[in-house]
Amino acid sequence: MEGDGGGLIEVTMRVNGREVKARVPPRMLLVHFLRDVLGLTGTHVGCDTSNCGACTVIMNGKAVKSCTVYVFMADGADILTVEGLSEDGKLHPIQEAFWDNHGLQCGFCTPGMVMTLYDFLGRNPDPTEEEVREAIEGNLCRCTGYVNIVRSALDAAQRMKGGGGG
Amino acid sequence: MAGERRYIGRRIKRKEDLRLLTGRGLYVDDIHLPGMVYAAFLRSAYAHARIKSIDTSRAEKLPGVLGVFTGEYFKDKVAPLMTAWALTNADLKPIKWPVVAYEKTRFTGDIVAVVVAEDPYTAYDALEAIEVEYEPLPVVVDVEEAVKPGAPQIHDEAPGNVAFHWKFRGGRDFEEVAAEADLVVKKRLINQRLIPAAMEPRAAVASYNPGTEELTVWVTSQNPHVHRLIMAGSLGIPEHKLRVIAPDVGGGFGSKIQVYPGEVIVARLAMDLGRPVKWVETRRENFLGTIHGRDHVDYVEVAAKKTGEVLGVRVRTLANMGAYLGTAAPGVPTILFGLMLAGPYKIKSVDVEVKGVLTNTTPVDAYRGAGRPEATYILERMLDVLARRLGMDPADVRRVNMIEEAPYEAVTGLLYDSGKYREVFEKALKLAEYYRWREVQSEERKRGRLIGVGIASYIEMSGLAPSRIARATGFGLGLWESVLIRVHPTGKVSVYTGSHPHGQGEETSFAQIVADALGVSIDDVEVVHGDTEQTPFGMGTYGSRTTPVGGSAVYKAAVRIREKARKIAAALLEAREEDIEFSEGRFYVKGSPEKSVTFQDVALAAYTAEKLPPDLEPGLEAVVFYDPENFTFPYGTHVAVVEVDPATFKVKILKYLAVDDAGVIINPLLAEGQVHGGVVQGIAQALYEYAVYDESGNLLTAGFNDYMIPTALDVPDVESHFVETPAPHNPIGAKGIGETGTIAATPAVVNAVLDALAHLGVEHIDMPLTPYNIWKALKESGVLAKLGKGR
Repeated sequence: MEGDGGGLIEVTMRVNGREVKARVPPRMLLVHFLRDVLGLTGTHVGCDTSNCGACTVIMNGKAVKSCTVYVFMADGADILTVEGLSEDGKLHPIQEAFWDNHGLQCGFCTPGMVMTLYDFLGRNPDPTEEEVREAIEGNLCRCTGYVNIVRSALDAAQRMKGGGGG
Repeated sequence: MAGERRYIGRRIKRKEDLRLLTGRGLYVDDIHLPGMVYAAFLRSAYAHARIKSIDTSRAEKLPGVLGVFTGEYFKDKVAPLMTAWALTNADLKPIKWPVVAYEKTRFTGDIVAVVVAEDPYTAYDALEAIEVEYEPLPVVVDVEEAVKPGAPQIHDEAPGNVAFHWKFRGGRDFEEVAAEADLVVKKRLINQRLIPAAMEPRAAVASYNPGTEELTVWVTSQNPHVHRLIMAGSLGIPEHKLRVIAPDVGGGFGSKIQVYPGEVIVARLAMDLGRPVKWVETRRENFLGTIHGRDHVDYVEVAAKKTGEVLGVRVRTLANMGAYLGTAAPGVPTILFGLMLAGPYKIKSVDVEVKGVLTNTTPVDAYRGAGRPEATYILERMLDVLARRLGMDPADVRRVNMIEEAPYEAVTGLLYDSGKYREVFEKALKLAEYYRWREVQSEERKRGRLIGVGIASYIEMSGLAPSRIARATGFGLGLWESVLIRVHPTGKVSVYTGSHPHGQGEETSFAQIVADALGVSIDDVEVVHGDTEQTPFGMGTYGSRTTPVGGSAVYKAAVRIREKARKIAAALLEAREEDIEFSEGRFYVKGSPEKSVTFQDVALAAYTAEKLPPDLEPGLEAVVFYDPENFTFPYGTHVAVVEVDPATFKVKILKYLAVDDAGVIINPLLAEGQVHGGVVQGIAQALYEYAVYDESGNLLTAGFNDYMIPTALDVPDVESHFVETPAPHNPIGAKGIGETGTIAATPAVVNAVLDALAHLGVEHIDMPLTPYNIWKALKESGVLAKLGKGR
C-alpha cells in the first residue's frame, strides 16, 4: 500500500517477537500495516470510528485499537497480535477458554476481544462479572450477546491463576 | 432419528474455532491477490436528486487512479437488480435498482461513481475530487407521508409509492367476530427501523481470467449460489463461468442474503480492467448501503371476550421498503409476517393488509427473524394491553388462548407441527419464578421501586421452506437444501453442504450428524461450504433453515451412504445384505459379531472395487436435495424481569429466562449460543436501537457513535432452557433455533417495562424504551408527579 501524504517514514518495531523494518507513508494506520504489509490478517477492521475494537492489539503491554495508531507512532514499539498469542502450538488459556465456552460465533470480533482480555486479565487476575463487562465495553460483538464471552473471560482468569500462562 | 447417538445432543466444542481463535480465519477482506486494485464508491449527497453532471477529470488525474466510472458506464453493461421474491397476487411493481445510479438517486446509499486505484488510500482521495452537480428533489422518509396524495414519487413504476399491496384473510370474518366481542382494543404500534450491523462489513473481491473466461468473486454472502445466479444474470455471463466463494463470513443476520450493487460493480470492473478488484465497505457505508430491518407502522385491532379470549386480529400495515426492493424484501412484511399473526393461540380470525411503501431511505429486507418478530410483537403487546384493560394477569390471558396440542391447523392455514405449548409456557413461568417476582414487585412498589415482569410466547414458521409453498408465494426458486457427502478411500468424510453457516457452527453440528450416521469419529468428518465450485447448488443460511433443512439433507445423504456401505460389507463378508448389522462403525453378520468389517474397510473396498456386488458402482458418495414437506414451528416462552430507575428512567434487566422448543437439539452448546445472541438483539430493539432519518433523508444514525449496538455493560446474562419435541416432518427432528431469541425478547422486555409502569397508567410506549422515551411518555401522561417529580 502506497498512498500519498508525503515522503515515506522508516519504522522499526517488534511484532510477535520478530523485528520488522519498513518504509511507510506517514498516514498509514497500524492496522493496515499489520494486515496489508505484514499479512497478519487476524487483526480486523470493523468500523471507521474506533468504536468496535476488532482491531485491538497489544502495544508495549497495553491493549490499543490499532486503527487509532499511525504506524510511525509505533516506531520502536513491541506489538503482540492474535497470531502471536499461542506459544509452541499451544493455545493461550484465553483462547482455550473461548473454545470450551463457545465464546465466539462468527469469529470476527474474537481476536480483538481476546487481546483486550489479555491486557485486562494481566492487570486483574480475579475479576468479577461486572469488571469483565466493563473491560470489554470497547469491543462490540453482534453474535454472542456477550453471554459466553463473559463466561469465557471468567473461566480464563481461573485457568491463568492455575499457572496456565498469561 | 434412527441410529446410535454418540455425538448428537452433546456439547461438542466447535471444529471451526481453532482457525478463528488464532487469527487464521479467512474473511473477504483478508484476500490479497497479485495485481489487485481497490474500488471505492461515491454515494449520493442527496436522498432524492437528479444527477445533472459528474466531473471526474480531477479524480482521474490523481497518481494511482486507474479510472472513475459512473452510471453511464454501467447502465448498458449491467442489468439492474430486482427482487427475487416477486410476491404473487399483490400487484408487485417491477422496481429496478441500477448498480450505479444514473439520471436520479433515490437514497443516500445510492452509488453515483466508482473509483479504482492502486491502493485504498488513493481511492478515497479520489472520491473527494469528484464533482457532482445535483438537482435536489423533494424527499419522503416516513411511510405515512409517502402514501399521501402529492407525496414525492420515487419510482415511476410505483404510483403513490406503493410497491405492493398484500392481503390475507384466515378463518372467520373479522367484522363478524368483532360483533361478538366484548371489547375491541385498537393501537397504532411502531416497529422501528433497525440496522443489522454485522461486525464484518460487506466486501467483494473479483478476479477474471480472460483465457478461460472465468470470473471468480469472493463475497460476504449467506447464500453464494444465489449470489452466483443473480450476478450471472445481471452481468450477462454464463452461470458456469462464474465462481462465487463466500469464505468465513463475519455475521449476517439477513443482511448478507441480498445481492447488492457493490459485488456486481467489482465483478464488472475486474473483467473490464483485467486486474483483480477489491472493495470493502466502510462502516458508514454499511449503515447507509446495506439493508435495514423492520420499520412498520401497524394499525392493530384485537377483538376479545371479557374472559380474555381473543376472537380476532385485524392489522393494517405500512411497511417501509426503502428506495428499492431488496432480494427477499417483499416476502418479509407479508408471508413471514401476516401468516404469523395467530401466534400460538386459538384465534379465530386473522385479517391483514400490508402496503409495501417506497421511501428515500435504505432498502429494508430480512433482518434476524424477518417478519416474525414484528408479528409476535403485535400479538404479545396487545395481549398485555388486553390483560390490563380486563384487570387480568398477563399470564392468565395467555392461558385462556394458548393452543392445547399439536398438530394444530392455525387459522392462517399453517399446520403447526408438534409441541407442548402449555407445558413450555408453565415451565418458563416456574423456572423464572414468575409469581415470586409478582410478590417482589408489589412489595417493592410500596418502596418506590419500579419492577416489572414481562412474558412473550411465540411460534414461528421456520425451516424455510416447502418449495411448492415458496413458489406459490412468488419466491424465485425452491427452498430445498443440498449436500454432497464424499467418503474417501481412507474412510475420511467430506461434507459439501449447500448451506453456508457464518457463525452458527454447522461445521460441527453437521459433522455430528454424519459421524453418528456412519459410526466414524467426528475428527474424520469435514464440512465444506461457501464455494459454488465445490458444493452442489444450495440455498444458503437464513431463516433458521440450516439445521432443519440442510441438516436433514446431510442426514439423508449419510444414510444413503450407509446403505451402499452395507451392500459392500455384505459382499466382503460373503453374507446376505439383510443379515448385515451396523453398530459403532462396524458392519457384522447378524449373530456372529466376530465376522465384521469397519466402515473404513468398506470405504477402501468401494475404491479398490474388486469385490463389489455386480450391480454396484465403485465409489462412495451421495448427493441429496432435500425438500421439506412442511415448515417447522419452533415456539417457546420467554420471561424478563426489569427495573426502571425512577430518577433516570434507565431500564435494567434483572433476569432473563428463555424456554424454547426447537425440536431435537443437535448441540446444546451451540443452540444456547444462538439463543443468547438472539435474545440480546431482541433486547436491543426493545431498549436501544433505532435508525433515524432527518427530513432531508440523511441517516443521522450512520455509525456506532450514533446507533446504539449494546455493549457488554448494557445487557444481562441470559438463561436458556430447551424442551425437545421432535419435528415430525424431517428426519432429524430439528426445528431451527437461530431466530427464537430475537422474536421473543423484544416483546418480553417491552411488556416488562410497561408492567413496571402499570400503576402509573401508561399503557404503551413505542420502542425503543430509552430513558428519554419513558420520561416523555410519563410526562405526557401527567404522571411524573406520582413519582414525586414535577419535571
